[in-house]
Formats: sequence, C-alpha cells, structure tokens
Amino acid sequence: MLQEHAKVVQFISLADGVTGRKKLQKMVYIAKKMNFPFQEKYQLHFYGPYSEELTLRIEELCEMGFLAENSEDKGSYVQYSYSVTGEGRDFIGDAEEVPDKLGECIGRMKERSSRFLELVSTLLYFDHLPREEQIAKVHIVKNKLNFTDAEMDEAFSFIGELAGCIRQ
Amino acid sequence: MMDYAIQKLSEEKVFKDPVHRYIHVRDQVIWDLIATREFQRLRRIHQLGTTYLVFHGAEHSRFNHSLGVYEIVRRIIDDSFSGRPQWNDSERLVTLCAALLHDLGHGPFSHAFEKVFDLDHEQFTQRILLGDTDVNAVLSRVSEDFPRKVADVIGKTYPDKLVVSLISSQIDADRMDYLQRDAYFTGVSYGHFDMERILRVMRPSEEQAVIKQSGMHAVEDYIMSRYQMYWQVYFHPVSRSAEVILVKILQRAKVLSEEGYRFKQEPVHFKSFFDKTFDLKDYIALDEYILMTYFETWILEDDEILSDLCDRFVNRRLFQYIDFNPAKEYRKLGELEGLFRKAGIDPEYYLVVDSSSDLPYDFYRPGEEEERLPIHLLMRDGELRELSRESDIVDAISGKRRTDHKLYFPEDMLTEGKKKKMLRQQILSILNT
Repeated sequence: MLQEHAKVVQFISLADGVTGRKKLQKMVYIAKKMNFPFQEKYQLHFYGPYSEELTLRIEELCEMGFLAENSEDKGSYVQYSYSVTGEGRDFIGDAEEVPDKLGECIGRMKERSSRFLELVSTLLYFDHLPREEQIAKVHIVKNKLNFTDAEMDEAFSFIGELAGCIRQ
Repeated sequence: MMDYAIQKLSEEKVFKDPVHRYIHVRDQVIWDLIATREFQRLRRIHQLGTTYLVFHGAEHSRFNHSLGVYEIVRRIIDDSFSGRPQWNDSERLVTLCAALLHDLGHGPFSHAFEKVFDLDHEQFTQRILLGDTDVNAVLSRVSEDFPRKVADVIGKTYPDKLVVSLISSQIDADRMDYLQRDAYFTGVSYGHFDMERILRVMRPSEEQAVIKQSGMHAVEDYIMSRYQMYWQVYFHPVSRSAEVILVKILQRAKVLSEEGYRFKQEPVHFKSFFDKTFDLKDYIALDEYILMTYFETWILEDDEILSDLCDRFVNRRLFQYIDFNPAKEYRKLGELEGLFRKAGIDPEYYLVVDSSSDLPYDFYRPGEEEERLPIHLLMRDGELRELSRESDIVDAISGKRRTDHKLYFPEDMLTEGKKKKMLRQQILSILNT
C-alpha cells in the first residue's frame, strides 16, 4: 500500500527533516546508489542526478498532509525544507521495516552541504567509469562549479565511508 | 580513400514521411546507420506503447520517430545554424548521429518494461553505441573515439552543450517530432504548431539553441500543444489501464519464474532479466513481436493470474478505473486490499493505483533550486530573456504541475464472479461503480 510513498516519509523521518530540495534529491540518490531500495528513476540534470518521480512523490506527500513543506526567502532564492507531520508518523506506522544502516547513512549525508552532495552524487552517477574519467566527467558537466582536487578526494573518501558503514 | 566522416552518397536518398514530407539523407554514415540491425529493430517498438489500444492509428514506431528527429536536426544545422559564428560545423556529424540514434536503447513497451526490470533506456542507448554492435562498427569507422562522442551527447556529458540542447532540452528536436507525429497518427487535432517558424528563428548560442524574440508566439503554441497532448493522448486513462496490465503480466511471470513454476511456454527470452544476468545481446533480442508472442501463448498457462492478465492485454479486456485521491483515500485503499483478498482476488495484480503528472514548462533563474534549463528568447539588443518573463501565456502555466491518480480494477471479476457475491457487492459499492 503506497510503499514507495512510505519509504520517502521514513527517509525524512530518519533525517529528522531535510532542508533544501536539491539536498533531499541528492541524499535519496546516494542512498539508492548504496543499494537501499528506492525505486525513483534518476537522470542527469542541471544539478546532477535528479528524479522527477521523487519531486512528484514529495508534492503528493505534502498534499496528503504526511510531509510539511516550509519555504524561506533567502534573498536571491527560496529554500524549502521538509519534515514529517503527526499524520505522516501514523502513515509509516504500518510500513515495512527500515533497512539496517539507512539511518546512519542519512545522518552522515545530512551533515554535508548540498554542494558537496551534488559532487558526490554526480561522481556516483559515473561510477561505472574509472576514477580519472569520473573526475573528468564531473569537470565537464559541472564546469561552472570549479570543484577542487581536494573536494574530489574528500568526495571519494566519503563514498568509501558510506560503503564501509553499510558493510559493517 | 575519402574520409568516411565526410563521404556523401552519389545521390541524395529520401524517405517519404507523413509529418516532414521528406527525410533527406546525403551522408554515407547516416545511410549506413539506418541499415544496422539495432536501428531496424526500432521498427518493432511502438512509439506510443499501448496507446494503439485507444487511438487505433497509433501504430507508428520508434523507427519513424528517430528518422524524424534526425531530419529536424539536419534542417536546424543546414538551414539555420550553418555559417553562424556560434555554430561549429565540425559538430555536424556527431549531432546528426545522436539525433538519429537517441532512442536506440528503448525496450519493448518501453516504460512498462523499464519499470519492472529497473532499466534505463538512455543507458542502453549508450551501451549499444559503445558495445559489440553493428552501430558501433559504423561509428568506429568515422574515428576510434566517435562512438564515445555520440554516447556523450546522449548522456548529456558532451562538452558542447549547444549540441546536447538540440537533442535534449525544453525545446528540442525530439519533442518537436513526437508532438507532431503522435498527433498525426492518433488523429487528434492537438499537437500541431508552426515548426517551420520555430526552425527559422532558432539561433545557436554558447550553451543552447535560443529563439529570436519574433518567434515567441510560435513557441507559445508549441508549449500549449505539448500540454494538451500529454493530457489528451499520453496520459489517457484507458491506455494507462493497458499499461497497468502489461506491468502486472511481467511482474507475474517474474514471480512465477522465481517460485520455480513450470511454464508450458518457457520464457527463455526473459530468463536473464528475471535473474538480472542479461547482457546487451539479450536486450537487443527483445522487441514487441516477441513479447506479444509470449502473451498469446501464456493465455494457455495453468496459472490463472498470468493467463487472465495476458488474455486481457491481447484481447483488450482492460481494467476499469475511478478517480482516486491518495491524500484522502489511502485508508480506503487498505480496506479494499483486505476485501479483495477475502474475495479471492489478489490485490497485488488486480488493484492498482496509477499516477500521471506533467510539468508543461519550467524555468530556472540563477540561485533557485530548480533543475531545468529554460527556453531563452534572443532580444533585439542581443540580450537573452527567459521565456516566461516575456510571455503571459507561458507564465500562466510555468512551474505548474498537474497530476492525475486513478485506481484500476477488473470490474468484470466483481460483477460476474459467482462466489462470495455479497463481498463483491460490498467492494463495488466502496468503489462506487
């Protein structure tokens, strides 16, 4: 019963709320790449991997009253944040159990900036390629963000940490 | 020997086409690509999946559409861009090849197949371009790195973003062809717009193709056409009913295979998809003719669910539907699932919520958190302006998503079933039919 919707509510519940649409998109993508069972299809967009299906699901969950969306005017842009409502908590009461280690992975991702998660998710999008080619691809598709070598190293080490945390 | 990349046919070849009148081919590479087995396979994949069960004319294939996209891109390059300083003519061949081959990786009944087996046609297009295929052999004759270049355009990682935008953006050759072609073959009066005008006013710029300000009204018409086609054709509830059944057939066959069920007609073509061991050859070997052959033979299977679902699909006995509001009715769905089980009807296969959603046009302004590259108008002073800032019509629908949810079920099973009649009546009254 609306299991895929329930998974998204569980995700935001485990994160104790997420600030930023982009950040939420990247966090779910990274979790999916870490083999957590999210079904949303992703494609490469402006900010890296992006799922239209996830956007839609979040809009539906807000309409259903299971998620609350708050917007904050940041001057040059609007930032959105999402949290689980009381009805949302009831809704996931009957849902399937949360996969082991998902909470820990979410916690690690939440601490990071959306720029960093954009880099990590874009590297993961090209994870079928050797490391040097992954980096080259990121420089092509993100040519305006000027990621440094240090950021690349940090992103790879973060991916390793997440994978290690799941293996434990 | 003449360089294969610039080799021309001794005489121009033309394909008669109902949308563009003629599709012109002068390049030897394009001619050779059309003849490959992977491109010819597209003749056996409907452009609109199950829509032919609603609009009987919609029998056109991905082959027709791919030629159409190629022709539009050829005209943009040769008639509008050629000779302009922002256009690099050395990108002509890679752009034409990407246009022609952009849909190569579609599987049979694309979306249903991708959903069940968690596949991505774009990735398969790239794999066909780069793998041991006839297409790769043709592209490799241009140069060793040419298949990779074409794959990068499809994957949106090609350095020249203008090239990518011709194949994939909010106003690209792909959409311009499918709107007109789908309108023609379905017979609807929506979907038409003045493409000639758009092509005349399209100009190359650093990151994308832009439209001269004087072409704004033609672009408004294009966006409204897209909006109407989505709701009148692409999201038609009856065609979605057929797609729901198709998904359930594939899921049932997969479950049966995993449970060790002995099929009368062994699903040899699917085995490697069921156990996720498939390779490129397995993927290319599948088309809609093969799927339909299985569906026809599976009607005779002992498994009642598989047999029934296949019979429904082949003989167009589709599911009935009602509007469904997940926000208000998700508890009702849980109740119905329980009642279906009690009535001996498996809700996993016979009670399905399907959602469709479309965003006709979206825009991005620097700093905002959105993901789409907008359509830009080229103003008389050379400035670029985002379309919705200039057009009231586009502004009215920008960023506005429309969503539709339906609940699908086999009404005939509920009205005609002889067992547990009271229970079935109860279900029908909840469904309000």
